Amino acid sequence: MTGWIDALIQGVLLGGLYALFAAGLSLMFGVMRLVNLAHGDLIVLAAFAILVIAGKLGLDPFVAVLVAIPILFVIGFALQYVLLNRTLGRDLLAPLLVTFGLSIIIQNGLLQLFSADSQRLRAGAIETASIPLGGGIAVGVVPLLTLVSAIAVIVFLNLIFYRTPIGRAFRATSDDLEVAQLMGIDINRVFATAMAVAFVVIAIAALFLGLRANFDPTIGPARLLYAFEAVIIGGLGSFWGTLAGGIVLGLAQTIGARIDPEWQILAGHLAFLVVLVIRPRGLFPRAQD
Amino acid sequence: MTCHKTSSTHRHSIDRRTLLKYSAATGAALSVGLKAPAIAQTRAIKLGYVSPLTGPLAAFAEADNFIIANFKDAAKAGIKIGSATVPVEVVVKDSQSNPNRAAEVAKDLIVQDKVDLMLVASTPETTNPVSTQCEIEEVPCISTVAPWQPWFIGRQANPAGGPPAWKGFNYTYHFFWGLEDVIAVFTNMWGQVATNKSVGGLFPNDGDGNAWGDKVVGFPPVLEKGGYKLTDPGRYQNLTDNFSAQIGAFKTANCEIITGVVLPPDFTTFWKQALQQGFKPKVASIGKAILFPVAVEALGKDGHNLSSEVWWSPNHPFESSLTGMSAKDLAAAYQAATKKQWTQPIGFIHALFEVAVDVLKRAPDRDGKAIATTIAATNLDTVVGKVQWGGANLPPFAAKNVAKTPLVGGQWRFKDGKYDIVITDNKTAPAIPVGGQMEAIA
Repeated sequence: MTGWIDALIQGVLLGGLYALFAAGLSLMFGVMRLVNLAHGDLIVLAAFAILVIAGKLGLDPFVAVLVAIPILFVIGFALQYVLLNRTLGRDLLAPLLVTFGLSIIIQNGLLQLFSADSQRLRAGAIETASIPLGGGIAVGVVPLLTLVSAIAVIVFLNLIFYRTPIGRAFRATSDDLEVAQLMGIDINRVFATAMAVAFVVIAIAALFLGLRANFDPTIGPARLLYAFEAVIIGGLGSFWGTLAGGIVLGLAQTIGARIDPEWQILAGHLAFLVVLVIRPRGLFPRAQD
Repeated sequence: MTCHKTSSTHRHSIDRRTLLKYSAATGAALSVGLKAPAIAQTRAIKLGYVSPLTGPLAAFAEADNFIIANFKDAAKAGIKIGSATVPVEVVVKDSQSNPNRAAEVAKDLIVQDKVDLMLVASTPETTNPVSTQCEIEEVPCISTVAPWQPWFIGRQANPAGGPPAWKGFNYTYHFFWGLEDVIAVFTNMWGQVATNKSVGGLFPNDGDGNAWGDKVVGFPPVLEKGGYKLTDPGRYQNLTDNFSAQIGAFKTANCEIITGVVLPPDFTTFWKQALQQGFKPKVASIGKAILFPVAVEALGKDGHNLSSEVWWSPNHPFESSLTGMSAKDLAAAYQAATKKQWTQPIGFIHALFEVAVDVLKRAPDRDGKAIATTIAATNLDTVVGKVQWGGANLPPFAAKNVAKTPLVGGQWRFKDGKYDIVITDNKTAPAIPVGGQMEAIA
């Protein structure tokens, strides 16, 4: 019995990690309908940025991420403003191909700079610290922080979206691009700001990826699939939905693994398919388009 | 020839234009005629080398540039083949850690570069497609750094058919150790530590994991014979973010030993999660994941006393036949040249080029068949030990194409802020000195 309770707890915690991976993707798709195939690689890129800052300045990764966030904010803004805005239009294929190319460039660029060595963010004793819940069940501090951060990120994104002027602009462009432009919204700036915010989320995801496992320049794409699934299970455009999607995926995987480790990944994909069959628009779809 | 004919037909009515044409043609014919034999004599002998320079397997190829520079230096004067001394060229191609790409570049090397001898290293994903291309095209090929079973059995038309269905190869030869060696090394190491003999297995759903966990050729039968109880929760998918099911199963079975063949990021995830869940075995002998010092460093202090197979180390009592360097000198030269800690592939990539030079020196002729026969007759002391095909410690079906090199076991020890591997068990190869006894993970 404790085995199953453990599976549920670990599943929710794992869901927090997937939700973090997915939140940035959800934001990009929600605002500019951008399917970002380089999302996993961007997370790895951010992890390397945190690694370099932590190494050069001798900082704890939790502090280094605070230094990395403004840098990544600017990079995200520039990337969207200079490159990705040029690809957006009626044709969905162009941004898809550009982000695919970006993924290859980031992987090989990182390989050139950092070699293929696997890296990790080191935070000392907290990495293996845990809170015992009794009955042989323990909750790791880092996984718990991951889930708490995922919830914080979702709350933060919702606040931006529904309580600020830029959030109104995000929603307006997302609802109707042409009308938003007619109302005097500079969509290039709005998109670039959305990407910059997405990069902040990417930095936080990178922190927890780097604390949980090794990363190397080629590990990004493996993380992309779960992020996509979490977004789609949750419903496009809904941040709480993305969190729910991550948790559904995490739970399905740990429960599947409890039956047989071979079922871990399969169970996640099956849960995804079941949701698609029952609710093709995801659990909590926002926009009706 | 055709030029000659055209110009000679106009011989009777020579004007300025035909005269020019004529003399140019003779000139060309003359120069070709003079140069042809010279080219044949000094045409360089070409070595093709396929290796995963980029991609997930790139850590294996990190020492390649250093080794090839060493080799070019040693072979500067050329190699005597038959009666002529010819220069040596190496053409390096990147497999990008992709088996399809490896096959493609091997084909390029054979068809376009016309290599005389192919060399290939680093995991079955690289060695197998290249060896297979060479066997088809009848180009001799020497490979290393992949356990021999996936290399030999994995390339059979019917891998499940068993020895009677398995055929030997005529052009492709391999030197490394096998699954039976790593099983012996691991169980010998476990014998040094007092445990309850309950073993947890982490076998992923890939070529290595399926072989290690196989009920016939893998760990299970050997462990059963040795009185160990194996808990194998089942094959998991590589690059997973969660090992709670495995950790739960190992806790229930009270496992004090952990083994498996795991990817580096997966082992970090597993080990951190296990420590968070309060699961700390006395021994953890892991293949693949903790081969490279950087992977152990990624674990911080929690990597202390993890154990692994050791195929080569600076303490191996062997010397290079190419440069006369000892294993220690080779590792030191690498560290001086690259400012990086030595890794195990260095010795084997170096030995690969040693074997290549030795074969070319002994080859009576440069055609494929002659070189392949010469490889089979190799008996060379290299920086990784003796390389000799013909079947020492091998089942008869693999004897012709596989040469085994010694394998021992070691533990990573954290000292003065960095990790070093200490050889802790040499029962499988007593010539290699041990540096200490096995210690339980504290």
